[in-house]
Amino acid sequence: MRSNPVEDTTIALSNGLCFGYGRQLVLEDVSFTISKGESLCMIGPNGGGKSTLLKLMLGLLEPNRGTLSLFGKTPEEARCQVGYVPQAVRFDPLFPITAIDIVLMGRLDRHRFGFFSKECREAALVALEEVGLADLSQRPFSDLSGGQRQRVLIARALACEPELLLLDEPTANIDLSVEEQFIETLAQLKGKMTILMVTHDLDLISEIGDSVLCVNHRVHRHSLPLSGETIREIYSGVRRVEHDRRARHQHGDHSACEHD
Amino acid sequence: MEITPPVNMTEFFDAVQNIPLIRYALLAGIVSSLTFGVVGSFVVTRRIGYIAAAIAHSILGGIGAAIYFSRVYDLPWLTPMVGAVVAALLSAFVIGWVSLRAGEREDTIIGAIWAFGMATGLLFIHYAPGKAVSLESYIFGNILLTSRSDVIATVVLGVIVLTLVGLFYHKLVAVCFDEEFARLRGVSSDAYYLLLLALTAISMVLMVRVAGIILSLALLVLPAATASRYSRKLWVVILISIGLTLVYNTGGLAFSFQLDVPTGPFIVLIASLVYGLSFVIKRIMKA
Repeated sequence: MRSNPVEDTTIALSNGLCFGYGRQLVLEDVSFTISKGESLCMIGPNGGGKSTLLKLMLGLLEPNRGTLSLFGKTPEEARCQVGYVPQAVRFDPLFPITAIDIVLMGRLDRHRFGFFSKECREAALVALEEVGLADLSQRPFSDLSGGQRQRVLIARALACEPELLLLDEPTANIDLSVEEQFIETLAQLKGKMTILMVTHDLDLISEIGDSVLCVNHRVHRHSLPLSGETIREIYSGVRRVEHDRRARHQHGDHSACEHD
Repeated sequence: MEITPPVNMTEFFDAVQNIPLIRYALLAGIVSSLTFGVVGSFVVTRRIGYIAAAIAHSILGGIGAAIYFSRVYDLPWLTPMVGAVVAALLSAFVIGWVSLRAGEREDTIIGAIWAFGMATGLLFIHYAPGKAVSLESYIFGNILLTSRSDVIATVVLGVIVLTLVGLFYHKLVAVCFDEEFARLRGVSSDAYYLLLLALTAISMVLMVRVAGIILSLALLVLPAATASRYSRKLWVVILISIGLTLVYNTGGLAFSFQLDVPTGPFIVLIASLVYGLSFVIKRIMKA
């Protein structure tokens, strides 16, 4: 452990990564590191490459150039250590399935044929407990509210027992009335595992984020040793701030960005 | 469906005891209910009814080719059933491969396979030497033409389908619900999607015997559609649709025999009526 401390704490390492669909590059010369235990928020304009970067980290896409490694392995090899939470709106609301059955999908890599083992069922229940939905385990997915559905998907990712949790706009379709409770659920995970989430949610960033990964064609990491209040102030006009920064980035002025 | 029949059913029960054809039909109907109930639930849930319909129509191509080649080259093993299975599996893989890989619109390829299968089938049957082939039993189905070897084929194919679903149930469900996540958990989503299409293809072959090419889709989809109005758990949906298909197949056979009406249309008519009624019943239950 002591001999190689860097190896032990680096979860994700990207070096000169480029990716494009066809000829147009979506991400260019992307380099960053994520250390163990960090909670990072990924922000940036739509079409800036946030989802693409998430897919690269999941190994669903291959970089054109450069490297991206998770836990010192390729993203595809590292999948069993990564939990992924997509947006709940993507799913067919009529699909006949219960909450616990969805969470059990997080254990599919430990399952071969037939029924799930008792151990898997217990792990799934624990994951549901963690997001506060244990008593709704037998409830059909379609009967759940938007926030509950999103929490079921988080539980599914937790059932993988991940070391790195990737979330795609977890609060995008949640009512304001339950958002606070939802953020609390996520805040409880902070520190237990490394978290990287795409989000535009200022409350979420201020509550959970240690740093911000600003993704807009290129990627810049901004440390946020700032109080929640200050973040709120900066991002109260998130678009304006972003565009301002983007313009300055392109002119080579990085004074507004605090790089690591 | 509790209709008080104007006729008594003893005639049918006598027939079951004395006429092997009726016994075979009844047996095939009972065994295939299991297959149809299981696969139909997946087809409805995954919304691939139209793929199933395209496969059903492509089956005529296989039947036609089997009749043509078996007569021209004297190949007795090449029965219409063999041709149907090959054509159905081939179409399932073409549709699956195209929608997964080639980036063509799925509905376009469904339409193409649908028409191509019918066209090749009709041409092969047109040019097949020997006695004329009755198209009607393939297009509208005739469960009463079930032979002993058909019953064996139904049982074998049914066992294959049910075993595969039993073994890979959770993976199939996961791939239907969220292909991407299943892949992230090490499940080869594409392979399981193709497996689902292959199971659908085998079911359609069995289905065409009962209800024919045109009506078979209704028999696959309606019981599961009715069932999913009453449950939001897939295994319950499966059990209900097995039950419904069993009632439709056996009841339809008995009543159509007794009333002397064609079996396939009669079964589909009942299935459609029950599906329609399920809306009314649901409304009454809610009120």
